[in-house]
Parts: sequence; C-alpha cells; structure tokens
Amino acid sequence: MQLHKYEKIWLSFGIASLVFFLLLLGYGAFYKGTHPQSHAETIDPNHVEANVSFQPEHLGLNKIAENRYVVNIVASTFNYDFGKDENGNPVKNIRIPKGSNVLFQVTTKDVVHGFNAAGTNVNMIVEPGYVSSYETVLDKPGVYTILCNEYCGLGHHMMYATLEVYE
Amino acid sequence: MGITKTKDQQRFQEMQLMIPKSDAKMYMSFIYVAFAALLIGGLMGLLQTLVRSGKFTLPFGIGYYQILTVHGVMLGLILTTYFIIGFQYALMGKTVGISQKQKKAAWASFWVMVTGTLLTSGTILLGKASVLYTFYAPLQAHPAFYFGLALLVIGSWISCFVNWRQLYVWKKKHPGEKSPLPAFMVVINMTMWFIATLGVASTVVIQFIPWSLGYAATIDVLISRTLFWYFGHPLVYFWLLPAYMAWYVIIPKIIGGKIFSDSLARMAFILFLFFSIPVGFHHQLTEPGISPTWKFVQVCLTFMVVIPSLMTAFSMFAVFEITGRKKGFKGLFGWFKHLPWKDVRFLAPFIGMVAFIPGGAGGIINASHQMNEVVHNTIWVTGHFHLTVATTVILTFFGISYWLIPHLTGRKLTPQINRLGIIQTIIWTVGMTIMSGSMHIEGLLGAPRRSAFSTYGGTAQAHEWAYYQLAQAVGGSILFIGIVLMVYIFIKLAFFAPRGNEAFPIAEEDANAQPTPMFLENWKLWVVITVALILVAYTIPFVDMIQHAPPGSPPFTMPIGNN
Repeated sequence: MQLHKYEKIWLSFGIASLVFFLLLLGYGAFYKGTHPQSHAETIDPNHVEANVSFQPEHLGLNKIAENRYVVNIVASTFNYDFGKDENGNPVKNIRIPKGSNVLFQVTTKDVVHGFNAAGTNVNMIVEPGYVSSYETVLDKPGVYTILCNEYCGLGHHMMYATLEVYE
Repeated sequence: MGITKTKDQQRFQEMQLMIPKSDAKMYMSFIYVAFAALLIGGLMGLLQTLVRSGKFTLPFGIGYYQILTVHGVMLGLILTTYFIIGFQYALMGKTVGISQKQKKAAWASFWVMVTGTLLTSGTILLGKASVLYTFYAPLQAHPAFYFGLALLVIGSWISCFVNWRQLYVWKKKHPGEKSPLPAFMVVINMTMWFIATLGVASTVVIQFIPWSLGYAATIDVLISRTLFWYFGHPLVYFWLLPAYMAWYVIIPKIIGGKIFSDSLARMAFILFLFFSIPVGFHHQLTEPGISPTWKFVQVCLTFMVVIPSLMTAFSMFAVFEITGRKKGFKGLFGWFKHLPWKDVRFLAPFIGMVAFIPGGAGGIINASHQMNEVVHNTIWVTGHFHLTVATTVILTFFGISYWLIPHLTGRKLTPQINRLGIIQTIIWTVGMTIMSGSMHIEGLLGAPRRSAFSTYGGTAQAHEWAYYQLAQAVGGSILFIGIVLMVYIFIKLAFFAPRGNEAFPIAEEDANAQPTPMFLENWKLWVVITVALILVAYTIPFVDMIQHAPPGSPPFTMPIGNN
C-alpha cells in the first residue's frame, strides 16, 4: 500500500499531534489528579442513611475545618435534599466563602440523576447504588445554578438549587 | 499479490449490474420508512425548540419528554437505520448482485424491523415509554417498548447476514479477485453493527425484558448503561460510514474523477472497524463505579479514529484537486472554484464534509477525559451531534437521495428539482448554523441538554440561557422548513418526476492505480483484532462492575408517567 508523499507528511503531523495531546491529557489526569469523577464507593439506594454522610443531620453544608467544607446531597425525583434550616424549611441555597476547598458527595434514592453546578467543573452522574464525589476549590465568586442534567422523569427540569460563592 | 488490469476492467463492467424493478421496490421500502421518520421526527424537533424557547406550550397534554423520545427514536434510530440498510442493499445489488433467496430474507428483515418500529412507536405515543431513546434504567417503560427495540435489532441482523452472504457468493464466483469497494465497505459496516448491537441486544433481552415483565425484581443500572454505550458509540459510526462510502466511491464519479486510492479507502474502513467499539466509556466519563484508568484507556482508543478521519479528509481534497487539474483548471485554487457547486448531488455532501471539521473538533473535546466534565450533558453535546449526524451524515444522505431515488423509481433528477435541492441545502445550512451554534455556546455556559423550559428558580444564568433557546427556536423553525422541502423533493422524485434513467454513480480506479494488496481482505484477521481490542478494553472493568455491584434497582414507572 503506497502513500502519497504529502499524505505521509499530513498523517505524520496528525499522529504526532494526537500523541502529544494524549500525553497532555494523561499528564493532567495521572500527575495532576484531574481525573473525572470515578468514585467507586457503593451504597444501598433503599437505605442511604446507612452511610453516615447521608443521615439527615449531615445533609447540606458541613464545615470541617477553616476553608474546608463537605456538602452532602441526596437526590430523588425531583429534588435535591440539602437538609433543613433552623426553621425546618428545606435548604435550596448554600453559601460558601471564596477560595474554600469543597467536597461534594451525592447519592440517589431512586433513578439516575445528574449533579451539575452550572459554570463550574462540578459535573457528575449520580447512579443508584453509588456515591458520586468531587473535590474542588471554588475561587470565583458568583451564584451558580445547581441542576439535574441527566433525564430523570417528567419533572426533571424542576430539579435545582443554587450555590453562592461569596467574597 | 495484485490483480491484473483486465480483470479490473471486467470487474468494473460487472459493477454496472442493472437493478431490476422488484429489487428496487425492496430498496425503496426502507427509504419510504426513512423519510416518514424524517417528517415525524423533524416535527417533534420543531416543537421541542418552540417549547424550550419558553414562548409555547404543548396542547392536549402532550409531554415534552414524550416528543423528545419520539424525536430521538425517529431520527436517531429509525431514519438512520432504514436509510442506511436501503442504501447498502442498493450498493450491494449494484456491485455484487442479490439472489431471489437473499431478497426474500431481505424482505423478512424489513418486516421484522417494521413490526419492531410500530411496537416501539405505539408505546411511546401512548405515553408509556417517555424514557428517551437511551432508555436508562431504572426508569421503566412498558415491556412492548423493549420488545419493539429487540425486533428492530433482530431485523437489522437479518440484513447483516444477507449482505455477508451476498459478498460471499460473489467471491466464490470470482476467486482471487478483490471485492468491489462498495461491497467491501458495506460488509465492514455491517460487521461493526453486528458486533456492536450484541451489547444493546443483551441488555434489552437479558436485563430489561425480564425486569419489565416482573420476572426479575431488580436491574443492575451500571451494567445496563455500559452495555448501552458499548453499542451507543459504534452506532454513530454506523451512521457515518455510509456517508464515507458516498464520499469515497460516489462523489469522485459525480465530479468527473476517479477513486483516489482503493487500498487507502479499505484501510480507513478497517481502522473504523477496530476503533469504533472499544470506546463506550467516553460516554460514561463522569459516572461513578468505573476506574479512571480504564476510562483513560478507552479515551486513547477513541482517539485512534482520528487517523482514518485524517486519511479521509486528505483523500477527499486530493480527489477534488486531481480532478480539477486534469480538467485543466489553473492556479492554486482553480480546481476548487470549478467544483460542480450547482449540482446538488455534490453540494449537499460537500457541506456535510465541511460541517465535520467543527463537528470532529467538538467530538475531540467531548471525549477528552477530564475536559468532558466541562460539557458533559450540557446542550453543547446536542449541538455537537446536530453537526455530525444531523448535518454531515444527513446532508450526505440527502445528497445520495437525489440520484438513488430516481434511479430506483425509473425517473430523472430534473434541473428544477436540482435547484430546489440547492435551496434545501442552503436552508439546512443556515438553520443548523443558528441552532447548533447557539446550542454550543449555551452549553459552554452550563445549560443542560434534554430538559424542558425552566427558569431554575430565576437565576441569572438561566435568564441568559433563555436568549440562546430563542435562537434555537429560530434555527429549528428554519430547519423544519428544510425538512418539509426535503419531503416534498422526496415525493417528487419517488412518484412524480419525469421517467428516465438516472445514473448510479460509482467511481472507477485510475488506470495507473497501484494494485490493492490482498491482505486487506483478510476478514478473519480483522474480526479477531476487533474482538481482541474489545476484550482488552472491557474485560477487567466489566468483571469489576459485576464483582463490586451494589444492590440492584427496582423499577420506577411513576417518574415518566407510565402508570
């Protein structure tokens, strides 16, 4: 099989760029730890409370140290459970100071959901039987829409909350 | 070992097989269904963009997700599969012939597929299967939906067997000769389709059907999704390869040129067979329960298709330039200026090729491991596949229709219809640029795909997204005009155009072309390598999923209104 000279140049350039690109992705993933969410922890979707993180008192925002937070969320059709505030109302907005290190832990009691803080890289599929988790530093102030981005049923687009990063 | 010239010429004469009327009827049956699906699915697409603009609500209690399911199933599964199978039969019939027995089996394939299609569509229309075309568990549709899908796949398998048999019989009669290029390509595509659909067939038959009938109490969600995406990515190459067939074999003839390189075309198709299937994890990059290392392995395998894509791009432009220079066009770009821009059989597929440049670049972003989380399940992805499948593939299929349909119905593509076709192509290009462009931008701003209109509690972000959704409704409306025009052209070509002989354009090799090496026809080797790559990419993570499986999921029918 014979290749035209220009085609050899074209393909060599293409393949070299491809290798360079994959090395770059691999470097980011394996040395900088930027792998996509791939948490392997399992959970019984019928008894999510068996995992201490998803007991009612631990849902929502938990401050664990200066500038370190854990946010636990239970998703179900068509709601994110961030726990309740002092008045017993469901929390729909969480506020986190700029520059904090935040760990999001999400699981579902029923079907597959998405968990995306739109405009950030916090973007996960939440599957029954698994805990999805994502650790990040939130350093851009603003109000971000948290929404379900994996179809979960007729009320899918009504499943949302907000995340506020303040100065 | 090469093949002598005289044999080549002899072979090419045989490629000019006439298509008898009764064969043409069979090929056309598939194409009728495809265009019916285009009209229904297209109308649903229009309604979706209108609903999501926030300015329109659906009447009669029709649900957004119901029409979204119809849209995905009609255009993603029905239009594509039927058109491809019909077109591939025509290519096979033209180059290697079809026997009476094979034709009977092909009709059986058609009717099994139609039964499946009616079953699935009926269930969706009754509102019992608003699960979208990906039907992710544990959302549960009515069992008829899954039975219909199974029949659709089984019907397409009969076509696989027929196409394989057609080439096998031809090769027995022509020992030592290389197979005609179009037949080689069809067999590659059907081999890939068969291996890939084993995944979706096993999840439907082993997991979904028993579970939907109540024989199995629970379903393993991650395994069902993994089997789906084992099929879901090769599905897009199953759409793309017939477009490539037209680019490699048909377009050179239309512009008055020769095939650039027979062996290169075959090599590209073999590489697509290898690297289409062991790559499904790149649709599951943000999912829990799959090790990131295995995700990365499949990301690397995904990117191998860049190589045959670059080969194809080079071949296309080489054919354009060689043909133009042979015709005596001078200057650096003279050959480009004089391409047959006014021939819709060329223009529509050409715009398809151009759309594949941003389409392919977007695909690279989507599959880029950690970069995927920037766009995963945002409407960027919808914008992406409206460039690739709904522009590159569909405009090429339209380009094929302009000559294939009159060829099969014994009519002519008249200058008037050609002009209408050019207008159709321009409408499509404008509509898609607006719709897909605004989807891409809105996706980068974080807006989700597959969602009805929502203000998300009135956030500033959602307010900003609404402007792009308005633009999508404008683009979607323009596209729908394009669909109506295309259906009109189809009806004209099928029933009303003047009688005549429209050519079935198949390009020849150049007289001084290098002989094609015979190792390219080593089918056993190609299948063994394909299966080996699949086993490497999937065995360990799949065993891991089974061993570390969480408790299974019971059915959920309420969320989709199936109660």
